[in-house]
Amino acid sequence: MAIFGARRVLWRSFSTISSHPLRVCIVGSGPAGFYTAEKILKTHQGSQVDIIDRLPTPYGLVRSGVAPDHPETKNVINQFSRVAQNGRCSFLGNVALGYSISLVELRELYHVVVLAYGAESDRVVGIPGEDLKGVHSAREFVWWYNGHPYGRNLDPDLKNTDTAVILGQGNVALDVARILLRPTSELAITDIASHALTALEQSSIRKVYLVGRRGPVQAACTAKELREVLGIKDLYIHIKETDLKITPADEEEMKNSRIHRRIYELLSKAATAGPSQPSSGQRELHFVFFRQPDRFLESYDKKGYVSGVHLEKTTLKGIGYGKQIAIGTGQFENLSCGIVLKSIGYKSVPVDDLPFDNQKGVVPNVKGRILSDNSGDPTSIENGLYVCGWLKRGPTGIIATNLYCAEETVASLSEDLELGVLASTTRLPKLGRDGLLQILDNRNVRVVPFSAWERIDKEEKRLGSLRNKPREKLTSWEELLKVAGSE
Amino acid sequence: MLISRLCRVGFQVAKELSRGGYAYMSRSRYTQRHCCQYQWSTLELLPETRAFQGSIFQKHHGFSTSASDGASAGADEEKGTIPVTFVSKDGEEIPIQVPIGMSMLEAAHENDIELEGACEGLLACSTCHVIVMDMEYYNKLEDPADEENDMLDLAFGLTET
Repeated sequence: MAIFGARRVLWRSFSTISSHPLRVCIVGSGPAGFYTAEKILKTHQGSQVDIIDRLPTPYGLVRSGVAPDHPETKNVINQFSRVAQNGRCSFLGNVALGYSISLVELRELYHVVVLAYGAESDRVVGIPGEDLKGVHSAREFVWWYNGHPYGRNLDPDLKNTDTAVILGQGNVALDVARILLRPTSELAITDIASHALTALEQSSIRKVYLVGRRGPVQAACTAKELREVLGIKDLYIHIKETDLKITPADEEEMKNSRIHRRIYELLSKAATAGPSQPSSGQRELHFVFFRQPDRFLESYDKKGYVSGVHLEKTTLKGIGYGKQIAIGTGQFENLSCGIVLKSIGYKSVPVDDLPFDNQKGVVPNVKGRILSDNSGDPTSIENGLYVCGWLKRGPTGIIATNLYCAEETVASLSEDLELGVLASTTRLPKLGRDGLLQILDNRNVRVVPFSAWERIDKEEKRLGSLRNKPREKLTSWEELLKVAGSE
Repeated sequence: MLISRLCRVGFQVAKELSRGGYAYMSRSRYTQRHCCQYQWSTLELLPETRAFQGSIFQKHHGFSTSASDGASAGADEEKGTIPVTFVSKDGEEIPIQVPIGMSMLEAAHENDIELEGACEGLLACSTCHVIVMDMEYYNKLEDPADEENDMLDLAFGLTET
């Protein structure tokens, strides 16, 4: 199929290509899914949009990723719930792609399928010792303190050590550091999962190291989060002044990026601002730059458990286009700890019947139109199949990034409808929601519609009010489905 | 005619339609409070330039707003409101009265004008950031606070003003 031009087409009219209402299924109910649904509902007045999610609870990482002490960031849920309450939209929870229903079946039932299921796995460090006990993925740790049903059994040991090492210096790494170091009295009034609060109250961790392969100019975090972690009460911050030396290449990077410039300024100020030694009993946060992990060290006393990280010093090398990468220098040192949290990036999981770019961790696409194979040939498009969010762009960006991502994907969809690219499917009626519900019923899948989520929501808020928290999350499938099903 | 001081929440818009020149501003305003209020900044309007406009970066429609000072028709001193006109990308003009002390985001939503505001005015995102069209007016406003600049770091379509 030909690729059409880059112009964006705004649609307000009915989908005039076919006399049948456009039926769309969106897989994933995070920001990408909801922004896409909102845009489609607005742009195609006759359309019917179903959003499926494998969890009984909607909102993706807004619920299970945003830290408990960032409630304002979760306000976007109000906007998303208005979308779900639109008469032409249905949220169908507890429906898993590849398990409850296949992609092939969805494409039979709907004119258009949009994949927006994000990234539920991790980039692997790929070094020896990665499966030692005490080495965890930050993503799972975040699921754990956010009450995700899959994080509930993580049971990280926070009592065997006073030191935690976090690999990575992005916003997730800062979130994890902050949750480990904040006074638990402050966490007790958030929607943090109670099993995590209990563990943190008993935690012996007092020192956290944030380890990055490159320098302060390349740190992946953003200013608000960095400012927040540097401002934690009574926390000793340590940054080596020698790490703050910048090269002409660093200056060039900062010149081209406002974010990196401001991060560097914040780190420089923090390096010289506080006392040079921690006071007795004070919690500590150390920023370690120019170190990459070589292997995880095993404890002598406790076989199978991690006792530290063997780090290699790095230096930066320019690879063109203003980018610098870290390369090892052959000098090593050890950093002792009892727990390691790997925060080096999320990664998407491929689904059957779809091409997947394993290196980038995305489904190959052009402006949201999914391609038929990994060849990168932009003319081999899978009609009627689109992608949005992290599955399209890779696991970066903020909630609002999905706004523009959804605009682009829906613009591609609208263009395809206008130009008759989807005519072969849109000229036929599709069973859509009714067909899907029938199949799921035949398979005994307990679908959780939005009204059932509202029951869960109400119960969580009620339980929360008993403990001075905005909500007390239900963290097991059984509890969630029980409350969802109750009248 | 003076317009009282602009207070901060969410974002503010100010621009003066001068005889030709437009400039752009992009900033948001921060306040400790969670309620949405603003007042207009102290702007000395030249007698011949009564109206001013701002351009708000917005999801589907490039809305811009214009407001006139008290000297011209529109400002309701009794109720303490200022006339503001939102102009969509299609050119559709929607004039509304905005109480002094209310943010543009809230004013838009109260009048069913669609403006993206994911965090609902709590300075936790950048979806409602504004561009002030006139450099002169931009310069009359206070510098953005650190917290505002933190959000602007991530804003789509960031400009000098």
